[in-house]
Amino acid sequence: MSTTAIQIGSTFEGIPLRLKLKRIERRQKMKALFLVLPLLLFILVAFVLPIGRMLFNAIHDDTLLTLAPRTMTALRGWDGKDLPGEAVYAALAGDLKESWTRKTAATIGKRINYELPGSLSEVISSARKVSLLPAGPYREALIKIGPLWGRHDVWSLLKRGTSAYTGYYLLRSVDFEYGPDSQIVASPPENRIFRDVFLRTLGISSGVTAITLLLGFPLAFLLATLPRKSSNLLMILVVLPFWTSVLIRTTAWVVLLQQHGIVNDALMALHVISQPAELIYNRIGTVVAMTHIQLPITLLPIYSVMRTISPSYVRAARSLGAGPFYAFWKVYFPLTLPGIAAGCLMTFILCLGYYITPALVGGPADQMVSSFVAHYTNEELNWGMASALGTILLTVTLLLYYSFSNLVGVDRVKMG
Amino acid sequence: MAASAWYYLHRLLCGAVLLFLIAPILVVIPLSFNSVPFFTYPMAGLSLRWYEEFFLTVRWQGALQNSIFVAVAVTVLSTVLGTLAALGLSRPNFPWRTAVMSVLISPIIVPVVITAVGVYFFYADVGLLNTFAALILAHTTLATPFVIITVTATLAGFDHSLTRAAAGLGAPPVTAFFKVTLPLILPGMISGALFAFLTSFDEVVVALFVASPEQRTLPRVMFSGIREEISPTIIAAATVLILFSIAVLMTVELLRRRSERLRGIRDL
Repeated sequence: MSTTAIQIGSTFEGIPLRLKLKRIERRQKMKALFLVLPLLLFILVAFVLPIGRMLFNAIHDDTLLTLAPRTMTALRGWDGKDLPGEAVYAALAGDLKESWTRKTAATIGKRINYELPGSLSEVISSARKVSLLPAGPYREALIKIGPLWGRHDVWSLLKRGTSAYTGYYLLRSVDFEYGPDSQIVASPPENRIFRDVFLRTLGISSGVTAITLLLGFPLAFLLATLPRKSSNLLMILVVLPFWTSVLIRTTAWVVLLQQHGIVNDALMALHVISQPAELIYNRIGTVVAMTHIQLPITLLPIYSVMRTISPSYVRAARSLGAGPFYAFWKVYFPLTLPGIAAGCLMTFILCLGYYITPALVGGPADQMVSSFVAHYTNEELNWGMASALGTILLTVTLLLYYSFSNLVGVDRVKMG
Repeated sequence: MAASAWYYLHRLLCGAVLLFLIAPILVVIPLSFNSVPFFTYPMAGLSLRWYEEFFLTVRWQGALQNSIFVAVAVTVLSTVLGTLAALGLSRPNFPWRTAVMSVLISPIIVPVVITAVGVYFFYADVGLLNTFAALILAHTTLATPFVIITVTATLAGFDHSLTRAAAGLGAPPVTAFFKVTLPLILPGMISGALFAFLTSFDEVVVALFVASPEQRTLPRVMFSGIREEISPTIIAAATVLILFSIAVLMTVELLRRRSERLRGIRDL
């Protein structure tokens, strides 16, 4: 039918109609694209690019390459077996002298200190003392000034610095590091903290997700089965906290859970406890506050799926002889699974990135990955570590989100 | 017998969960009227002194003004950019729709600390760190997804033959947009704008990273206040913000209903 139409009109104004249609379609596509372009460019420049750069920071570190260029060039020929020769030490002496005048010795020291803790002051003092040396030979002199320079692992580290790319930060993030001969080894116990942090993040997130599901499912079921009027009224009680900012809800929990807070007062007045219980700055406070914040996010998708389930399914099962529990479990519950998956996955994804709430109601042992990202950025100024931890967190989040959008669809992100 | 026991158990559990959801907020709000700086019941007496402190001291008022300034700028920027993008995205046969949509929505999925650290490095490089511009641009990226979502939702039931009819009657595209499209998508736009405003107004993590004390916003002052020592003024500020959020989101809800009525979608 359509082919005949095209054939009839094909000579209209000399241009085949099919081409003309295509041209118009393309123009419309361009128009649509043009409308999206400003925002797309903005998001790409102000959001995707900064995050991409951060990811790059996780594997890119040219501190040694820029601040000790002579040593890096000299080290390229080093075979990595014994200590390097005089030429390399002379190059190092030159770089240290320059770093002393340019006041970059501390930066070099900090970079070396990441991998060999305790070497910061030795690098700085070496730089100061070397700048007083009139002339070589430098090898003996440097080792005398700082025994550090006679250690093989320092030279392995410097040799790794000849590349602008390093796996060090990502390795550290999963509790590995480079050994004395640049082989990958497990971190020493005092540095082995990040696997715990990731496990803790996953643990708190799954715990909170499970609790929100246990509390949210029955409530969603009630809201979905009540008549519209009363369920809408109760819905206000769910949505009102959802509308309140996370910071404010966390504040409320700080007030409630304090040592002489309302919860402790009430429990003591009821003679449940005789001493104020430790409810805040520990795991209890973190999980309670996070559950409170995430509960509506788990509940709402379950509720909206339950609303669409016709009551006649369960009725049919009952009339065929199923008991109430059997009918619920075999007929109703499977139908709610898409809602459960969407709600739980969303809560889990959001939990992984929690920062404010653990910072305010958690103790030091409850801080999640985000807190360490912030800590390395603001306090330690170790941007490589911040980026590496962030990269891992982001990768996990995006993978989960990908499965979420395949499951639910991007367009259906709910806002209550 | 067992069934009715389950029935009451279920009701009881739901009551407890609802209490858990709403009680923290309802219990804390009255404490902002306490005449003494303690967080215990019974209250010693009623007083408005914490509200006075909130509304009359420079520390809080400066923060409030900064917050409003940033949020208004964010609202304007993200509403314009987001609405244009939603209009483009909802056109039929938009190329790579899912991919583009995913990128545009991504700011609300990426953990906010990662966004904060990313923009912190970025603004440090381009020399925008500790400026209002940095804060506004960063908040705009976080707020625009909400505008896209609400406007796209409004456009989902949009009848494209209306604009075609306008064009057929001789209206140029701009006139057709302002006379036909805009009035129909306006509720969605306003909802999106209000969400954008609240996103910026409540945001604390990015503000902690990219703003200096000069650009301190209300959530930032509250955050540092809670870290040091929680004072009833923080609760007073929180109460004002809660009331404000409720007012804003009631408006959103009313607009959503109106929009559905306009588009002929019946509330179930």
